[in-house]
Amino acid sequence: MAENFNLLIVDDEEDFRITLVKRLQKRQMNVFGAESGPQALKMMESMIFDVVVLDVKMPGMDGIEAIREMKKKYPLTEVILLTGHASMESGIEGMKLGAFDYIMKPVNLDELLDKIRQAYERKLIQEQDNP
Amino acid sequence: MAERYYKKLWIKIISTTLGFSLIPLVALGVTIYYQFSVSYSAKIFENLKTLSENRRSAIDLFFDERVSQLATIAHTHSLKQLGDESYLNKIFYTMQTRSRSYIDIGVIDQDGNHLAYIGPYSELKEVNYKNEDWFQSAMSTGVYISDVFLGYRKFPHFIIAVMSRNGDKNWILRATINSDIIDNIVRAAQIGKKGDAFIINKKNILQTAPRFSGELFGIPKSPDFSRTVEPQIDSFKIEGQTGLFAATQLVNTNWVLVVKEDPQEQLTPLLRARTIAGFLFLGGMLLIVIGAFLSTRSLMQQLIQVDREKAAGEDLIIQSSKMAALGKMAAGIAHEINNPLAVIGEKAGWIKDLLAEEDPGRNENLKEIEDSINRIERHVDRAKKVTHRLLGFARRMEPVQEQVDINRTLNETVDFLENESRFRNIDIQVDPQPDLPAILSDGSQLQQVFLNIINNAIDAIGKGGEIRIRTRHLPANNEIMIEITDNGPGISKENLGKIFDPFFTTKEVGKGTGLGLSIVYSIVEKLGGRIMVASEEGQGTTFSIYLPVK
Repeated sequence: MAENFNLLIVDDEEDFRITLVKRLQKRQMNVFGAESGPQALKMMESMIFDVVVLDVKMPGMDGIEAIREMKKKYPLTEVILLTGHASMESGIEGMKLGAFDYIMKPVNLDELLDKIRQAYERKLIQEQDNP
Repeated sequence: MAERYYKKLWIKIISTTLGFSLIPLVALGVTIYYQFSVSYSAKIFENLKTLSENRRSAIDLFFDERVSQLATIAHTHSLKQLGDESYLNKIFYTMQTRSRSYIDIGVIDQDGNHLAYIGPYSELKEVNYKNEDWFQSAMSTGVYISDVFLGYRKFPHFIIAVMSRNGDKNWILRATINSDIIDNIVRAAQIGKKGDAFIINKKNILQTAPRFSGELFGIPKSPDFSRTVEPQIDSFKIEGQTGLFAATQLVNTNWVLVVKEDPQEQLTPLLRARTIAGFLFLGGMLLIVIGAFLSTRSLMQQLIQVDREKAAGEDLIIQSSKMAALGKMAAGIAHEINNPLAVIGEKAGWIKDLLAEEDPGRNENLKEIEDSINRIERHVDRAKKVTHRLLGFARRMEPVQEQVDINRTLNETVDFLENESRFRNIDIQVDPQPDLPAILSDGSQLQQVFLNIINNAIDAIGKGGEIRIRTRHLPANNEIMIEITDNGPGISKENLGKIFDPFFTTKEVGKGTGLGLSIVYSIVEKLGGRIMVASEEGQGTTFSIYLPVK
């Protein structure tokens, strides 16, 4: 069953990003990939993304900066932070900026799918509350 | 190194203490003794001088009395009166009733002939004295006192002769006197056990019998004092023995009175005082030395204790900063490994996805490939656990306040030690209370606490054993109890009180720092909890940690 929401994976690690996108596409998801924060923001201008999976540690604009921008422009878009670093600081910082949750690399696909779906559900509820 | 430093310090303190206490004591002791001995010697000299002066005046008084008695008789009677033997006999009788020392008396004219004689030796009447020395001396000086001699009489005596003038004729009244009385007066100065006193004439011939220093009319065993004019006191060595001598010339004769004292005897009180002072001095020194040793020992013990505590504190700081650095490094490594691990995981997942679409009938290796992919995924998962645990340790070392799930923290720790325990055939069983409330504490520091205790338990057991971990909520005090029990060899009673001390270890040199449990103790305390230990030798050890929920 195809899921009717748009998902964006933002990660500078190409091998990881492309493979994850392919795997999610195989699971009938509308999923796109972006290699950096600026690219993701640019893509978001032309398309509505319901859920963004955002790597925290990236060169140039990092995940924290990117989420700040995204939440400013698209407050209803849910963001899941992806990190190789289990530091409380970045997690807490991200949560403060409105992230839905954070998940650690290496990713367990089922866990990630669960979180993505939960995030989308929340987005739906929020949209109902703020029409 | 440290021992040498303490030894040096000890020597320094001891020598300073002893120096500052003993030097004044010695100086005081020596000065007091010196002053005392000088004044005591002066006193002995003074006493001897008084004694000899006293005896001299007694003897001189004796001579004065005799001479004046005779002179009075001679000057108050005429030659005619005294030349009458019955008259002279009366006078002599009167004299003898007063003093038994007179032996005889005689009246001699200027030609040396006896005019009258009263006494036991009537043959002396015929003797002419004109050429005798004493006669000529008496005629020329008026008074003559002879040396002591034996003479006809065969016992020691001397004569006193006084000259008188009758018209144009000179005559002499001569009396013989027993020298016993002088002997007695002199003997009174022979004091103590070795004291002596005697009289010598101008030729150093003894005039009285000394106690030890020779025979009457012999040469005394003493320095020659015959030329003495002024009274003198000095010590001399005679036949290897030191004697204290006082010599005084008599006024009426050329005789010299010599009084000798034994300084050893006279100095007995001084020597006794010296002995007592010596003992007191030694006692005082002993007390000071013992006191210095005791106080230095206690001082050193305190110093070592303080140094040890300081070192322990420093080591704790070093340890915690080491842990912090290690944590940062671990975090970096974990992060770097996680990214490629994520790629491997995704690639494996992708292959698995693709394989699911393959027809098993067309590819005979499909099953093998699937199996390998599953293994890759499993090992990625294993590596992930390791890196996540490393990251768990990498959190800040300063205590933070966070919601900690004790059961989870314990499980993480046990996971971390799983390999080690499996290798050693040690079974770790966790019995968690399922609905254990989360507590406000520092998870990574608690992990450190559990890790140290479980690690110690594994080390204590060695090979083959059991570690049981139990968590309970105690509502009474609203605290959580974590109990870690091993069935290792246990801890002896003697060591049980020291296990939380820094640097206390029973592990081999180089194996344990002796800091593990002290870090545990300080962390638990810092987090507001407490830790207790119970152990039975041969049975095992139980650590109980109590942490406040809030």
